[in-house]
Amino acid sequence: MMDAVDLPALGLHFALLSLMAIGGISSILPDMQRYVVEANHWLSGTQFADAYALGQAAPGPNMMFVTLLGWQLAGWAGAITATLAIIFPPVLLTLAVTRLSANNPAAPLGRAIRGGLGPIAIGLTLSSGWILAHSADHDWRGALLTLATVVLMLRTRLNPMWLILAGAVAGMSGIL
Amino acid sequence: MPTAQPPAARAPETAPPKIGPLELFLAFSQLAMSGFGGVLPWAHRTLVERKAWLTPREFVDTLALGQLLPGPNIGNMAVMIGYRFAGYAGAAAAFAGLVGGPFLLMIAAGMLYSNYGALPLVQQALSGMSAVAAGLVLATGLKMSGSMKRHWRPWLFTALALAGVGALRWPLLAVVGALAPFAIAAAWRDEA
Repeated sequence: MMDAVDLPALGLHFALLSLMAIGGISSILPDMQRYVVEANHWLSGTQFADAYALGQAAPGPNMMFVTLLGWQLAGWAGAITATLAIIFPPVLLTLAVTRLSANNPAAPLGRAIRGGLGPIAIGLTLSSGWILAHSADHDWRGALLTLATVVLMLRTRLNPMWLILAGAVAGMSGIL
Repeated sequence: MPTAQPPAARAPETAPPKIGPLELFLAFSQLAMSGFGGVLPWAHRTLVERKAWLTPREFVDTLALGQLLPGPNIGNMAVMIGYRFAGYAGAAAAFAGLVGGPFLLMIAAGMLYSNYGALPLVQQALSGMSAVAAGLVLATGLKMSGSMKRHWRPWLFTALALAGVGALRWPLLAVVGALAPFAIAAAWRDEA
């Protein structure tokens, strides 16, 4: 049995994380997984990986997988809390910066922040992939599917949706 | 010094279009729901190619700023574009359009998952999908690393972030809080 979900704590944690989401949701995925699965035992690793996979298969921004995550945690209240916590802090920050940067675009400090945070965001994104692979790949066949996806994404311009679909078919056919 | 709205970016004969909150809401709803496998290509198609609300250059500039800020690039772009055309109401309308449809879709997916997620066939499909999803994220990280300088320092920060968050599973706030000041200071020195 999973532990009861503390929604205010979840909202606060996600709101803090949202301000660290440089380069998008995938850089904060590892900490969402750590918080929800490992620290609080609200979901299993498989449920988390399933939610992410479903979010990837659906149209819309990648971040919307947090809606599904919240829904799994606590129904409507969870979905609304998780979504608002992830989307609002960056929106408010963006509005503030939009107003300010109308006067002073492309300052050197902005470039230094981007240049400095970029490599960290890459390390975080690779961490996300590593952790998702860890929850998703139960044996060498799963790992091979993950590896094949990486190669196809780097070598071709295939729409990722087709790869997700191919993964579903491969899974259903019992190869995995 | 450049002015707030660089007039050179738009073709001189076309005045900036007048666009209200309702149009912003509809356009962003439409592009969000078409965006299988990433919304950004659809945003470009809708905003630049079909509606010509933005010039290609304006689109790239908005994207660059959106990438600098935390949060999803496309979400930040919706806020900036909405605000630019119709103030706060425009920002709210564009953003609501972007997330409204996908929000309901995710709830529907959640309902289906609660009812059918335990079925063996669904479990098999999901395990294949999540193995692919993991590969997509890894590939994104590798693609991003292609833009990094051939210098050891940025790679060191990448490796430390990967070690702290990925391997050791330390809290992200602590790892980024410890690394970011050094990373930004190093990048600042390179700039100077």
